[in-house]
Amino acid sequence: MERSDRKIGFLSAVPITVILMLSFTAPLLVVLLFSVMPPKVFTLAHVPDFSSYGVLFSQGYYRSLLWSLGTALAATVLLFLICWPLAFAMAKVFKGFTLFITVAVVITLFVSENIRLFGWVLTLMKGGLIEGHLRAWVGWSFEGALYNVPVIIFGLVYVYFPFMLFPLVQGISMVPDDARQAAADLGATRRQIFWEVDLPLSAPGIVIGSLLTFVLGAGALAESKLLGGQAVIVIADEIETAFTYGQNWPLGSALSIILIIIIGSLAVFGVSRVDLDKIMGRRR
Amino acid sequence: MRIGRATRIALYLYGVLVIAFLYLPLLSVGFASVSKARYLTFPIKRYAFQWYGKALESYTVQDLLWTSLSIAGIVTVISMIVGFFGALAFARYQWRFRGVFQKLILLPIFFPQAVLGLALLMWFNSIGIIPDWKTAVVAHLVWISPIATLVIAIRAYSFDPALEEAARDMGASTWVVLKEVTGPLLMPGVISAGLFSFLLSWGNFPLSLFTTGADSTLPEWLYAKMVSGYSPLVPTVGILSIATSMILLIVAFTIYWFVRSARERGARII
Repeated sequence: MERSDRKIGFLSAVPITVILMLSFTAPLLVVLLFSVMPPKVFTLAHVPDFSSYGVLFSQGYYRSLLWSLGTALAATVLLFLICWPLAFAMAKVFKGFTLFITVAVVITLFVSENIRLFGWVLTLMKGGLIEGHLRAWVGWSFEGALYNVPVIIFGLVYVYFPFMLFPLVQGISMVPDDARQAAADLGATRRQIFWEVDLPLSAPGIVIGSLLTFVLGAGALAESKLLGGQAVIVIADEIETAFTYGQNWPLGSALSIILIIIIGSLAVFGVSRVDLDKIMGRRR
Repeated sequence: MRIGRATRIALYLYGVLVIAFLYLPLLSVGFASVSKARYLTFPIKRYAFQWYGKALESYTVQDLLWTSLSIAGIVTVISMIVGFFGALAFARYQWRFRGVFQKLILLPIFFPQAVLGLALLMWFNSIGIIPDWKTAVVAHLVWISPIATLVIAIRAYSFDPALEEAARDMGASTWVVLKEVTGPLLMPGVISAGLFSFLLSWGNFPLSLFTTGADSTLPEWLYAKMVSGYSPLVPTVGILSIATSMILLIVAFTIYWFVRSARERGARII
């Protein structure tokens, strides 16, 4: 039985592995190869010269990278603070209401990200849902809330909300009630229970949630374009420009590789520290 | 640890507020889609449904709908099949490279989609494929088939391996076990994975952006219009796209509910 388990396991992994090899691993290899080509070439038949990596510092692309990482970090921290009370309530306090919130949040995931962001443009712009009604009813008028850095972070918080919420709920529900009860019986204060029971025991959920939001936020494009009106240029934007208007594939590839290395090492580090079987509820 | 009444009420209120916050932008889009004026300002003075008629008549919109539908349809079918086997390898069987495999499945989900789209564009170019909507199917699969795998894996984790072992002990072949035991047990997971796949592909924008070539999907077209300036068709087509998803969800839930209540009735008779 053990042997057949091994064989079937291997065979069932084949289809998706083939798909991912052909359309995930192979493209990344191509990007890696292009990134060492001389500037502005469109084939791989050139002598590699790594010059595209030098441009990162000489032409200030590192600033875009820092903006991306900074806004993603801010969004991650904010999301943790916003999601924790709700996730706690969903795991430990709400009963039927948890299902309602889950369904309501999942449904928003099925609405195209740019339609939702466009909705915020209509809500926050001058003459939009908020400003327009305030002006008509109360007589308040202001210049809309769009096209700055905080609104980009706001957009990230909005779009990646479910990616923080659900892992947190999963993490917190892994904290046994007995452990919290025991801590309380032994005289721990609420704050102590939070720091010494809840946080460490729900760490896998926190790691996954923070990682997802940070990684997706660092590579995000639509938030800064639609809401931020390019108040700052994020790295994904630079990459897109290098490929499209710039017609400089090696530059775009080099920028992508740098982003991939930062994000990838974080993702691999985080994922390797978490026991997937345990989080997803393996039985035996 | 008891939670006080006041805290409890505050938490419920907080939940309601968060949901309201999530749906507020959709409310704006909804209002904008029924505004009569060509240039939108709130509060809306006159309501009209004319833009819906215009959108449905437009050949461009019909083309977009058809492209999005074809991509989502094919992605759904492939994801369900691939995800079914992937989930077995992910959750059910003990085999040598399971740990590595689990991480390989997770990586594409953690990957910035716009960059992935560009990488695919270069890959297609270097092997001589001209991108059109079929290459977008491949792009969507990279991201959606791992998600389908995870959705089915959750189901695969929760079923008792003893059921399969019992069937095998009674002499069923691997194929029969798969068809008669594992398949039916995982079916709810496969169906929800299919639903997820369709809806995620239908709404996806960053992967389509670089991989559809001359063709265009609904979210892509919307994005192009949003960036180039306001058009009253944008909120209208946006709402049409959302409505399609919602109708599909409602149909799926209704079928689920009917099947479940029919089965419960059947169980009672036996």
